[in-house]
Amino acid sequence: MDFKLSDEQRMLEETVGRLVRDGYPFDVREKARTSELGYSTDMWQQFAELGLLGVPFAEDFGGFNGGGPELMVVAEGFGRGLVLEPYLATVVLGGTLINALASDAQKETLISAIIGGELRLALAAYEPQGRYDHTQVATRADKQGDGYVISGQKAVVLHGDSADKLVVIARTSGGDNDRDGLSAFVVDAGAEGVSRRGYPTIDGLHAAEITFDKAAGERLGEEGKAIDALEKTLALGIVALCAEATGAMEVACDQTLAYIKERQQFGVPIGKFQALQHRMVEMRMELEKARSMTILAACSLEAAPALRAKRVAAAKALIGKSGRKVAEEAIQLHGGMGMMEETAVSHYAKRIVMIDHQLGDLGYHMQQLEGLLDVDDDAA
Amino acid sequence: MDINYTPEELAFRNEVRAFLDEKLPKDIASKVKNSQHLGKEDTIRWQKILNEQGWMALHWPKEYGGTGWSPIQKHIFEEECAEYGAPTVLPFGVNMVAPVIIKFGTEEQKKTYLPSILNSDVWWCQGYSEPGAGSDLAGLKTKAVREGDHYVVNGQKTWTTLGQHADWIFCLVRTDPNAKKQEGISFLLIDMQTPGITVRPLITLDGEHEVNEVFFDDVKVPVENLVGEENKGWTCAKYLLTFERTGIAGVGQSKAALKHLKEVAAKVQQNGKPLIEDPLFRNRLADVEMELMALEMTNLRTVAAAQAGGVPGAESSFLKIMGTELRQEITDLFRRAAGPYAQPFLPETFEADYGGDMVGPDFANTVSAKYFNMRKLSIFGGSNEIQKNIIAKMILGL
Ligand SMILES: Cc1cc2nc3c(=O)[nH]c(=O)nc-3n(C[C@H](O)[C@H](O)[C@H](O)COP(=O)(O)OP(=O)(O)OC[C@H]3O[C@@H](n4cnc5c(N)ncnc54)[C@H](O)[C@@H]3O)c2cc1C
Repeated sequence: MDFKLSDEQRMLEETVGRLVRDGYPFDVREKARTSELGYSTDMWQQFAELGLLGVPFAEDFGGFNGGGPELMVVAEGFGRGLVLEPYLATVVLGGTLINALASDAQKETLISAIIGGELRLALAAYEPQGRYDHTQVATRADKQGDGYVISGQKAVVLHGDSADKLVVIARTSGGDNDRDGLSAFVVDAGAEGVSRRGYPTIDGLHAAEITFDKAAGERLGEEGKAIDALEKTLALGIVALCAEATGAMEVACDQTLAYIKERQQFGVPIGKFQALQHRMVEMRMELEKARSMTILAACSLEAAPALRAKRVAAAKALIGKSGRKVAEEAIQLHGGMGMMEETAVSHYAKRIVMIDHQLGDLGYHMQQLEGLLDVDDDAA
Repeated sequence: MDINYTPEELAFRNEVRAFLDEKLPKDIASKVKNSQHLGKEDTIRWQKILNEQGWMALHWPKEYGGTGWSPIQKHIFEEECAEYGAPTVLPFGVNMVAPVIIKFGTEEQKKTYLPSILNSDVWWCQGYSEPGAGSDLAGLKTKAVREGDHYVVNGQKTWTTLGQHADWIFCLVRTDPNAKKQEGISFLLIDMQTPGITVRPLITLDGEHEVNEVFFDDVKVPVENLVGEENKGWTCAKYLLTFERTGIAGVGQSKAALKHLKEVAAKVQQNGKPLIEDPLFRNRLADVEMELMALEMTNLRTVAAAQAGGVPGAESSFLKIMGTELRQEITDLFRRAAGPYAQPFLPETFEADYGGDMVGPDFANTVSAKYFNMRKLSIFGGSNEIQKNIIAKMILGL
């Protein structure tokens, strides 16, 4: 057992750390956040130049060939800076699903374009009625000529408003709630039959409601067999979200600690009050747990599916619980300042809490975990 | 022991219900129930209706136009108002500055200020907190120096709720810089139109403009605007506090919110079943229900003790903590009920005249903004930590 990062992982950590420190001060982020697009395309190009957009992809395409731990390192750094760019949507969700399913020819064009920063993606999987359940898919894809036409509705598609292409999960057979019969497609965001309603989310990102009305789609992988790859992708997405939350929670803890050392009331720094010291200690304890669970999940992606599912669900559930606590306490200990839009910590609090609403919340993952209680550590 | 309302109290409740049925404007109640934006006009319209009925000033003695109600009657009234979706009466005039004027003010001041407060013609705000004086209110630095028949005020107040709409502000100011902290403070009424006052908006994390910074630069305030004696403002401030904490438990609001939450959870579908049937969610609803019962009984016990002549003192600190934590917990459950649709942030949909399509279920649009906004409950009005300090000291003798 070894918790140290490899040299390559450390380099990755330093690259992201430097980028966030130098390129992502609060006021620069605010400017990008309040712009129409909601993030910076210049920053996206920097990600490309630094090789960050290739982390999970094969070296053949110019990638880094990274897995869970590498993405964890990147996402944690992004969490510290509250990065706005569509990394999760493009690289982690859209990109790895393409990588898992697509033919070599498809990969050649799509993966190379992702790595080069020329292609932004969004994963259109969840539906309005399905809440956090990725198997509830009513969107249908029907064969037409060489390709398929897709009809249906997708809900709160992260960065769906600015994506160039959408990776869409649609049903080619079976009933609305079947695990089998799901296929993945690439659809041009501007294609006929695609309508998007984009909007900002409360944590400063963007998402979209997307309706497909006989939109042309290109299939990825075998028909009706996308579920395993989808679940692997979602597990990786959860690892990235947990890591992002951990990074953001760390900063929320650091900023709160700095604040209670500096803020004077009753003639002393408020950090001198033992009542607050214990609260701060509890926040740090939650952070430690979050970090531990993120590592556990990141290192379990290649484990047997049931064990992976168990650990990933546990990690995401814990982040939901710990994240809420850290976010609420960070605001509370800042007093009125914590309520202000001009105070950075309020933005961290918002992102941390909203991470619970992506890829399954505390309740959803507790339910998954309840179903996996019998799975033990040497499950095969 | 009898936990039921007396026949007289029940009759009173019917009277309140009949009034709300008849007089509460439907458009306003609908905004409150759907967490849409209430304008200044909405609040004033409702407060004027209350005044016509003679029900505006719950806490004033009858001779000044108060209701003269018992604490139990006030409790019934507040609970019914919340249930019907009546807007909360803005406390700064009627429940904060007015009781201080009634207790410490001159006859002249009573004549000048009270009628316009009763009829909501003048909008007040509270100028207590400063950048350096939050929990430690007595650390305030805004100073007022007497020059002839005026005070000259210099300094800054902050977090001033709805100061952007206010005609007048009541302030704690330092009049004796050499006295001990609490002893050199005075209570001043200041016209917001006076030259030298600047109001700057502060935007909260949910994107709202609710609070402000108020700057005073050589602001001349007539000495007759001093309430009580010079350097005795802390007595006024403490007196005001007992009023600030009435209704602090927010039982009515929590009841109304929980009812709405249950309706919503019965509609939202999860795995083809209503969310309210989800064991985890239902368990948390039951937990809130239990806490709410405990809060309500504790509140009633406190209220009844006040009825019997005791003044609610440090006990109201218990109510503040329990009440605000419960309201915050309910906003957390709303956010969970909305699921992924807790994320979209479309402030335009918070307006009642928004005619466009919603994103996701109707109730979902405001839940996260509200969840974050309600974090303020445990911060203002004496933070929950400060309330615990009060309990430790005053009740436990620690
Ligand atoms: C939305 C909003 C509206 C407001 N409206 C008004 C208004 O209209 N008028 C007005 O005058 N003020 C208003 N306030 C200000 C409010 O009263 C103060 O925010 C509050 O008193 C806390 O002060 P602070 O923000 O300076 O926090 P601080 O006093 O700096 O406290 C920071 C943290 O330290 C804790 N703390 C402080 N002292 C102790 C201690 N001794 N022991 C343990 N913990 C401690 C606090 O509980 C808090 O968690 C408003 C505030 C908000 C957020």
